[in-house]
Amino acid sequence: MSEAVKTLGEREPRPPLLTVEGLKVHYGAIQALKGVVLSVGKGEVVALIGANGAGKTSTLRAVSGMLKPSAGRITLAGQDITGMKAHLLVPRGMAHAPEGRGIFPNLTVQENLDLGAYLRSDTAEIAADQEKSFKLFPVLRERRKQLAGTLSGGEQQMLAIARALLSRPQLLLLDEPSLGLAPQVTETIFRTLREVNAAGMSILLVEQNAHLALSMAHYGYVLETGEVVMAGNGKALLESPEVRKAYLGE
Amino acid sequence: MAQLLQHLINGLAAGTIYALVALGYTMVYGVLKLINFAHGDVMMVGVYMGYATAFALGRQTQKTFLGVVLIFLVAMGGCALLGFLIERFAYRPLREKPRLTALITAIGISFALSYGFQLDIGFLPGAAPRAFPEIIQPTEWLVIGDRDVVVWNWQVMSLLIAVGLMVGLQWLVFKTRFGRAMRAVSYDHRVAALMGIPTDRVIAVTFMIGSGLAAGAGLLYAIKDTSVSPLMGLYVGLKAFVAAVIGGIGHVPGAVVGALLLGLVEEFVVGYAASTWRDAVAFGILILVLLVKPGGLFGRVAAEKV
Ligand SMILES: Nc1ncnc2c1ncn2[C@@H]1O[C@H](COP(=O)(O)OP(=O)(O)O)[C@@H](O)[C@H]1O
Ligand SMILES: [Mg+2]
Repeated sequence: MSEAVKTLGEREPRPPLLTVEGLKVHYGAIQALKGVVLSVGKGEVVALIGANGAGKTSTLRAVSGMLKPSAGRITLAGQDITGMKAHLLVPRGMAHAPEGRGIFPNLTVQENLDLGAYLRSDTAEIAADQEKSFKLFPVLRERRKQLAGTLSGGEQQMLAIARALLSRPQLLLLDEPSLGLAPQVTETIFRTLREVNAAGMSILLVEQNAHLALSMAHYGYVLETGEVVMAGNGKALLESPEVRKAYLGE
Repeated sequence: MAQLLQHLINGLAAGTIYALVALGYTMVYGVLKLINFAHGDVMMVGVYMGYATAFALGRQTQKTFLGVVLIFLVAMGGCALLGFLIERFAYRPLREKPRLTALITAIGISFALSYGFQLDIGFLPGAAPRAFPEIIQPTEWLVIGDRDVVVWNWQVMSLLIAVGLMVGLQWLVFKTRFGRAMRAVSYDHRVAALMGIPTDRVIAVTFMIGSGLAAGAGLLYAIKDTSVSPLMGLYVGLKAFVAAVIGGIGHVPGAVVGALLLGLVEEFVVGYAASTWRDAVAFGILILVLLVKPGGLFGRVAAEKV
């Protein structure tokens, strides 16, 4: 950690769900993260914004166990989960809809959804949850038997989110859910995210579309070349001249 | 006509054995995108395990139904364990390394097994081929005319076992929770882990199934050939690999069709041309298929993931 993080606005106090301290990630000789510090409270939506290559995806990957950090500490619900493998974090309430959507194109839409509930055995509840996803995204019901690879980009993103929700996570990590989507589809997806958050789910949201992310987030972090340079509540960040200049194109 | 029918039967019988070995290649390729060149040699080790079991059982017991079942169980179980160990200690540490690294390791293991088994120390059998005991007494299952066409019991058995296993595998891959996990791991094991799938375990189990199948196939081959030798794995493995590629590697029914096709073609070449042409024709077909349909008969050429 070099310079101090500039903090704007108040943060509503909440019990912590996820904490990340001094997180470093290397890809071979390349250092992608240089000591990221952030946290997500219970029921909170936290946005992580930053330019391309800032380290947003690497942060999510380290949190969900897709890659091993080279230094730092990550806790989930008070327990140290640093370096734990991804498949062991799912039963602890972690869901990660990764960059590029990560659907399985060689499986049907239904099979993709079934994999979202892979670790669950409460058949009746799963069916009810799936029914809910079909209500949120009716197109998935129509396409149930189709190979997921035949869906449009927007439909794939809906599938990725519906699948992540089917594990009934406490914490949902989303990597650029709006990327490449038509405004209407983005609208649908963000409406859904607001709904699941209202029902208590915490969300760590990575977006290049800073306006979209910050207007829905309770709190936000700005990442620059592997470090958090600014933090603050969503509204304060949206109004800050630096953020407006660098990320909102003003 | 009778001759044609006989060749057809012999070719199918040979093809079913290739098919069982090809299924292992194709399964492992399916989940790992790795051509497990040691697969044929694992099969060879399985045959020796069966050989040792038959020897331990003695001349009388080895021919009983229970004896044969025991021989198959020991060989298949032992090979599953061997496959597990190879995956765990040779391939898993290389999972995140370039694919070429694992491929070269596979070739290394193949040589270590096929040449290691030619040593004459300890339990190793030495280079000379040995006669494989007749644990299944060959009997004529069907005779047409004045012995114009003869179908042997082991031919029927191989065919039934191969078809049964293929149907079973197809069911496992497409109808079960484990199969769904396998297909997810096959596409992207990092994302599969995000679903809570224990990817290492899925890969290990796949290896074990493939290796067990190979041992079963190897025993059928040894029974037909009445011999076992340290180099049999290289030869049969290569043929099965060709079969899997012809069918479209990674594709379960494709492997079986490719293997049956190969078995038939080889039989007809030997029957109507000359046995020296057999391997040339087999590889010629491989090249032809790859030229016309690079993904194999059933495979699709998938865009390489980045
Ligand atoms: N697999 C990888 N191998 C090497 N470098 C990588 C890899 N993934 C990301 N990087 C590098 O790490 C840095 C952060 O990347 P990333 O976390 O993807 O940023 P963002 O998601 O904010 O665009 C970039 O410099 C990127 O080039
Ligand atoms: Mg990214």
